[in-house]
Amino acid sequence: MLKLPIYLDNNATTPLDPRVLEAMMPYLTEVFGNAASRNHPFGWAAEEAVDYAREQIGQLISCDPKEIIFTSGATESDNLGIKGVFEMYSQKGNHIITATTEHKAVLDTCKHIEKLGGKVTYLPVNREGLISLTDLEAAMTPQTILVTIMYGNNETGTIQPIREIAAIAHKHGALFMTDGTQAVGKIPVDVQADGIDIMAFTAHKMYGPKGVGALYVRRKNPRVKVTAQMDGGGHERGMRSGTLNVPGIVGLGKACELARLEMATDTERLSKMRDRLESSLLELEESYVNGSREHRLPHVTNISFTYVEGEGLMMGVKDLAVSSGSACTSASLEPSYVLKALGLSDDLAHSSLRFGLSRFTTDEQINYAINHVKEAVTKLREMSPLWEMFKEGVDLSKIEWAEH
Amino acid sequence: MAYSDKVIDHYSNPRNVGTLDKSKKNVGTGLVGAPECGDVMRLQIEVDEATNTITDAKFKTFGCGSAIASSSLATEWLKGKTVDEALSIDNMEIVEELALPPVKIHCSVLAEDAIKSAINDYRVKNGLPALEEAKSHH
Repeated sequence: MLKLPIYLDNNATTPLDPRVLEAMMPYLTEVFGNAASRNHPFGWAAEEAVDYAREQIGQLISCDPKEIIFTSGATESDNLGIKGVFEMYSQKGNHIITATTEHKAVLDTCKHIEKLGGKVTYLPVNREGLISLTDLEAAMTPQTILVTIMYGNNETGTIQPIREIAAIAHKHGALFMTDGTQAVGKIPVDVQADGIDIMAFTAHKMYGPKGVGALYVRRKNPRVKVTAQMDGGGHERGMRSGTLNVPGIVGLGKACELARLEMATDTERLSKMRDRLESSLLELEESYVNGSREHRLPHVTNISFTYVEGEGLMMGVKDLAVSSGSACTSASLEPSYVLKALGLSDDLAHSSLRFGLSRFTTDEQINYAINHVKEAVTKLREMSPLWEMFKEGVDLSKIEWAEH
Repeated sequence: MAYSDKVIDHYSNPRNVGTLDKSKKNVGTGLVGAPECGDVMRLQIEVDEATNTITDAKFKTFGCGSAIASSSLATEWLKGKTVDEALSIDNMEIVEELALPPVKIHCSVLAEDAIKSAINDYRVKNGLPALEEAKSHH
């Protein structure tokens, strides 16, 4: 018997893999030491576990274990990376380049930088959600210290041309940072081959626990430093103070190890399942995929269903836990800024659903989801005056709406 | 957001979804709201001219559950009422009946506007003077 609701919101967070929990358990109980306690076995055991996790992470993203700075999650990592570079490299320049479709953890940090007197360029994206390399090249100045562009987008799954972006940043003497939150553990991310200098990521998007993340900070070619944003005991090579979250770190390490070992099989299974979900839903008339279908994370699809309203749609798909492009919890409707940046109108942005599949998603769940969404959209369209007008050939843009 | 049982009931089993022949002289049509605001309601009434009584009412709504429920409820209330009685339906009665939270009051306002707009259309079609601008909520 299928258990409802079905969780298809894995870009928001993933369930903890039981194997990760198992690895963490001893560190929540008997192995409780402080990894910074150097003079007794309790501390040594904790430190050993943390170092092992660094190795597991290093193997996943092809970095040296010493290049990993543990944090509380991707938001902190994004903050530390951007603010830390802005402070550390203030002698060199004060210009940062990012994109309009970044996560708020990056965008709002950049807004903060602007308040501190920094200059930020927000690159637009095309209909596919991709930035233009020509735009990036044109935006580079001698004052540019950092280019920060996310690896894979959280709403659409769109993957940016990371290697090309890194090359342009480096050509102009700037560092390249990426928010790898949605990509690490899902697709091959290789900081050497990709030319990444700084990368934020987190455990809970790859079947690890919440409350732990990391910042990769390159140590060679070039040696990158970020100014600590929290003062204290000088942990993590002075870049992030605070007693290490040992069980969380063990969980992140284990999650990375599982991701490395199972990525190929997970990707093959998930992309097939995603494609089946997507092609079945596109059988509905007037439904469109948002973002690039070519450059995309394997487990994500974002689809707009025209002439149905977002919140009504969410209510209609109550057996599914999904996200909508609509943030209308208040009277003022705020359609997703990511979808709007792709050029979607407000109503199309509102009537979108984001599906994020996981290692634990089953074919049976996808079958149910397909039928459930199709039924809801069909029912709401039968109830929609806009759908009726569209079917009668009325041009909705020509109607003078009584603005409310 | 948690919806009340009544909103869920109207959303799941909407009453009187459909279309009346708007070319008929005794059918009044009201279309209110705008797609970019996230709500469009079309409410129609059919009037028995001899008794001035609403014999049928239909709606179609593009909007959230509360908007769908408000218009569905409005059609239920309209049937059997005289046109004058229908004019006295107040949005706050809809709010109370459906237990709408403050952020959803605009859905009830839209339903009231749709009723008035449909009645107005019926009046104009039948040579009666247009209603004074409905209560201004905007």
